[in-house]
Amino acid sequence: MDRRRFLDWMIRISGTTLGAFVLYPVVRYLVPPRIPEAVTRRVVAGKVKELQPGSFKIFPFGSQPGLLIRTQDGSFRAMSAVCTHLGCTAQYRGADRMVWCACHNGVYDLEGRNVSGPPPRPLERYDVHVEGEDVVVEKARTS
Amino acid sequence: MIARVQEWLRDRLGLDELQQLAEHKQIPLHRHTFWYYWGGMTLFLFGIQVCTGILLLLYYRASADEAYESVRFIMTQVSFGWLIRSIHSWSANLMIGAAMVHMFSAFMMKAYRRPREATWLSGMLLFGLSMAFGFSGYLLPWNQLAFFATKVGTDITGAVPVVGPFMLRFLRGGDHITGATLTRFFGFHVAILPAIATMILGVHLYLVQRHGMSVPPQVEDQGTPVPQMKFVPHFLLRDMVGWLAALGGLALLAALLPWELGLKADPYVPAPAGIKPEWYFGWMFQTLRMLPSHIAGLEGELIGIIGIGLAGMVWLLAPFLDDPTGRGPRARFWSGLGVAAIVYITVFTLLVYRGGKP
Repeated sequence: MDRRRFLDWMIRISGTTLGAFVLYPVVRYLVPPRIPEAVTRRVVAGKVKELQPGSFKIFPFGSQPGLLIRTQDGSFRAMSAVCTHLGCTAQYRGADRMVWCACHNGVYDLEGRNVSGPPPRPLERYDVHVEGEDVVVEKARTS
Repeated sequence: MIARVQEWLRDRLGLDELQQLAEHKQIPLHRHTFWYYWGGMTLFLFGIQVCTGILLLLYYRASADEAYESVRFIMTQVSFGWLIRSIHSWSANLMIGAAMVHMFSAFMMKAYRRPREATWLSGMLLFGLSMAFGFSGYLLPWNQLAFFATKVGTDITGAVPVVGPFMLRFLRGGDHITGATLTRFFGFHVAILPAIATMILGVHLYLVQRHGMSVPPQVEDQGTPVPQMKFVPHFLLRDMVGWLAALGGLALLAALLPWELGLKADPYVPAPAGIKPEWYFGWMFQTLRMLPSHIAGLEGELIGIIGIGLAGMVWLLAPFLDDPTGRGPRARFWSGLGVAAIVYITVFTLLVYRGGKP
């Protein structure tokens, strides 16, 4: 290898190395840091009087929306409100007695099972119980 | 005095060379010449976007606590704020519409044939950037529709095999749609995308200038020389008539149908009924909506995303897959593919506005 070719290669290698040293911190900077979230297993989702039979509310379960439903018979159901299709927030439709996602017309039953439309998986079910005036929602024991 | 200033400018800026360059450009005249106007129209609307975007920047505040309020302030308190914002939003839609007409007409006229493959690639890149401008800008008012559109859009990115999870966190600035996402999208919309778009636009315009206008194969085959028109001033003046009409149309749309602001984004309300993305994402939205939950054991959503990605890749590589002469059975197949794509996109976009039902 003559001197010119050697120098050409040295310049290429040095340039690539310098580029990598400049790019590496930039790429790392672009990726947001992982901020640990407190694991939420139990929240007070609302008050008993707040929900009439046939109505629902969206409540924060950790950083995600949860869906609390009061059925026509007065009992409570709770599940994740995050549609398993593309992550929109689902809602309860009292007239049809189903959980519906408006974004792509996904439908779930009151057990959270995907029954029609594009959702590929059921919604995560939560346990619900009433403590005095509070409706308490917990991660299902099996989850 | 004025003559001396003009002379000084001509000498120092090399205006003679620029003038020669401009006079060199010729536009072929044939029955498809109408389609040559759409690139200039897209460029004009891009100019409107830049001007109105800069004006909006003077009042807009990019944080989850203030973004919605600042846009409301622009719409209700700032003199002609409603006009500037409405023109920005309408012009964005018209620009993507014009870019689509430009792209499809270039495809159908086989303008991507040798030596214009790079012109096609740079144009496709610009089209992708326009969509990215639309997607990132849509979130900035921080309203309910924007929130869910961004949620769905980034989730689609997240479902892409291998790089999806990384891309999702990169786009969102975390795991969820938060103020961090808004700040990021603002940065993309006003700094990163404009910088890239300006560079690619420069390359695209240079290539158009270098290779001249493409003449469709069927016009070339007529055997007679194609008459030409000078770009400066004759075609440019015709272009400007179109731009004036577009400006009038924009003013009319902004005045009669001012762009709505909607409700402020709230992560704890359900997606509103009738939610749909901007029209240019409609065909993809409708495709994903109509797919069943599972196809051949795989999630329908994944199949849809891979299918759309592959279709986009085939479209991008058309200059290398089609017959390089633009003639023969392979060229006819590609023309048919172009028609099929136009029909598919039109029908599926219209379906969105019919509630997803044919």
